[in-house]
Amino acid sequence: MTVTTPDTAATVEFRGLRREFGPTVALDGLDLTARPGELLALLGPSGCGKTTALRMLAGFEHPDSGEVLVDGEDVTRVPAHRRDAGMVFQSYSLFPHLDALDNVAFGLRMRKVRTAGRRTRAAELLELVGLADKGRSFPHQLSGGQQQRVALARALALRPRVLLLDEPLSALDAKVRLTLREEIRRLQQELGITTLFVTHDQEEALSMADQVAVMHAGRLEQCAAPAELYGRPATAFVAEFVGTMSRIPGRLVEGGVEVLGQRLPIDGQAPEVSATSEVDVLVRPEAVGVRAEDAGSARVVATAFLGAAVRVTVRLADGTEAKADLPTHEAAALVAGAAVSVSLPQRPVLVAERTR
Amino acid sequence: MARLTLWRWGVLGLAGLYFLVPLAASVVFTVDVPGQGIDLDAYTQIFSTGGFTSSLLLSLELAAATIALVLLLMVPAMVALRLGAPRLRPVVEVVCSLPLVVPPIAFVAGIGTVLKWGPEHLSRTPLFQTFVAIQNPDFPFVLVLAYVVMALPFVYRALDAGLRSVDVRTLVEAARSCGAGWPQALVRAVLPNLRGALLNASFLTLALVLGEFTVAQLLGFQPFAVWIVNISGSQAQLSVAVSVLSLLVTWVLLLTLAGFGGRTRTTSRG
Repeated sequence: MTVTTPDTAATVEFRGLRREFGPTVALDGLDLTARPGELLALLGPSGCGKTTALRMLAGFEHPDSGEVLVDGEDVTRVPAHRRDAGMVFQSYSLFPHLDALDNVAFGLRMRKVRTAGRRTRAAELLELVGLADKGRSFPHQLSGGQQQRVALARALALRPRVLLLDEPLSALDAKVRLTLREEIRRLQQELGITTLFVTHDQEEALSMADQVAVMHAGRLEQCAAPAELYGRPATAFVAEFVGTMSRIPGRLVEGGVEVLGQRLPIDGQAPEVSATSEVDVLVRPEAVGVRAEDAGSARVVATAFLGAAVRVTVRLADGTEAKADLPTHEAAALVAGAAVSVSLPQRPVLVAERTR
Repeated sequence: MARLTLWRWGVLGLAGLYFLVPLAASVVFTVDVPGQGIDLDAYTQIFSTGGFTSSLLLSLELAAATIALVLLLMVPAMVALRLGAPRLRPVVEVVCSLPLVVPPIAFVAGIGTVLKWGPEHLSRTPLFQTFVAIQNPDFPFVLVLAYVVMALPFVYRALDAGLRSVDVRTLVEAARSCGAGWPQALVRAVLPNLRGALLNASFLTLALVLGEFTVAQLLGFQPFAVWIVNISGSQAQLSVAVSVLSLLVTWVLLLTLAGFGGRTRTTSRG
């Protein structure tokens, strides 16, 4: 197949992007870099500015200040249709009056490519996304997943330097979402195209991306590889947004933190705590050990069956709740109301300022 | 279920009678000469009566010009409204609905006043010529202007319904990210999906212009509707024949427009 990879993948850089919509600050000085050929996921709750950032790269929004650079070249003032960026939208965005083939060929038509040439190229791209036989179907005859595939082919038709995906899977049902995200990832790696992927689904971001940028209130919280993001979150926000995190009250002591009657070392920098040494220890459910024990001070509040594991919610003696994932066979005895003891493994833990 | 179907047929039958009986009566009246049987004289007479062709042509020209002008005015305006200033929509809606509230008689009185006032006060300026030109009896452009205003409520509604059914912003952005400039995005991505709405707007405007009497009559021009009324005074049979014919002409035109638009039309849902 003659589908090309771009000659050289592009570097994308946001520098100090700032944008206000009336009283809301959508972007508050965003600095972020995507390396050539990598898939960078922008992850965050709705309203964190991730879509605004993507639309600025596409040229649909303009920053109040700051710059967007592609391969070191400032494109902030370049109009959208000269940006050389292919985009897949959240809503179905195919042109309803054109069939799949003509949708894919639309950009080539705008570039005045001859009919024969653009037909060939469009057919190749449809084959690439696995829809070679659907060229003559109109968008309303295609399923949601197929429409997004065609949209992907359309975005790739002009051999863009950057591929932009704005929550392309969020309108699809769970199963299609799963296969399509694998396919997007495969294509992206095959073509080696620098890709920005906006999503609010952390599982999607962690499973697909090379780098995940977690955004919050218009700012970048952390940009790191998925494993690092999960294992060593830089801020409390990242810790709680990515994956599940429980806060267990602890107390800073010399050389560590005292929590649940154990003394554990601190992972990274301990927060500066004023006056008291009260802190919260952040723990993942898979790190929390729960054991049935009649003398235990904690009580099981609820259990939820997850398949291989059971998520047990326990209330500690002081009233805080923590979540623990236990293998299903171990959790059999833990019914709501059972007395248990809770422990943490002897490993460095993350510590955050007490919020309550 | 069966009862419901019966009801439906009943209502349809009644409605049909309501429309068809007067129509049939008109046709019978025009062809039936008492004591002599069927006679198509009334219809052949129409074509020999002076002014038929010229007035019909004038009406068609006025309709074409009105459709072109009102669409050129409203389509970019409404797309811009959707994309740039959605909050202004109620304002535009009210403005476009005003012609429904103002009776044509008041409207034409206003136009008449301006047409009289203009030449008196502007006789020394080039605008004088403009006033003369727009009242050219061969093609009274002032009627086009009046009809554009009168067609606004219908065109607004037709286009608004069309724009509601497509996601204009996404279509434009998708086209722009495919390398289309603004004009191309509008023409290639948005307009084809408004085909139905554009046709509806054209239909309504055509019907309006073909049937409009008040403004044309009071300003002293003679398009089709005025001509029908003028000749109807002299011969009862002829005037009814003309009415039947005008109905047919309108139908044929609307069907032509529908056929023209529907030929390559694809339903765009999903």
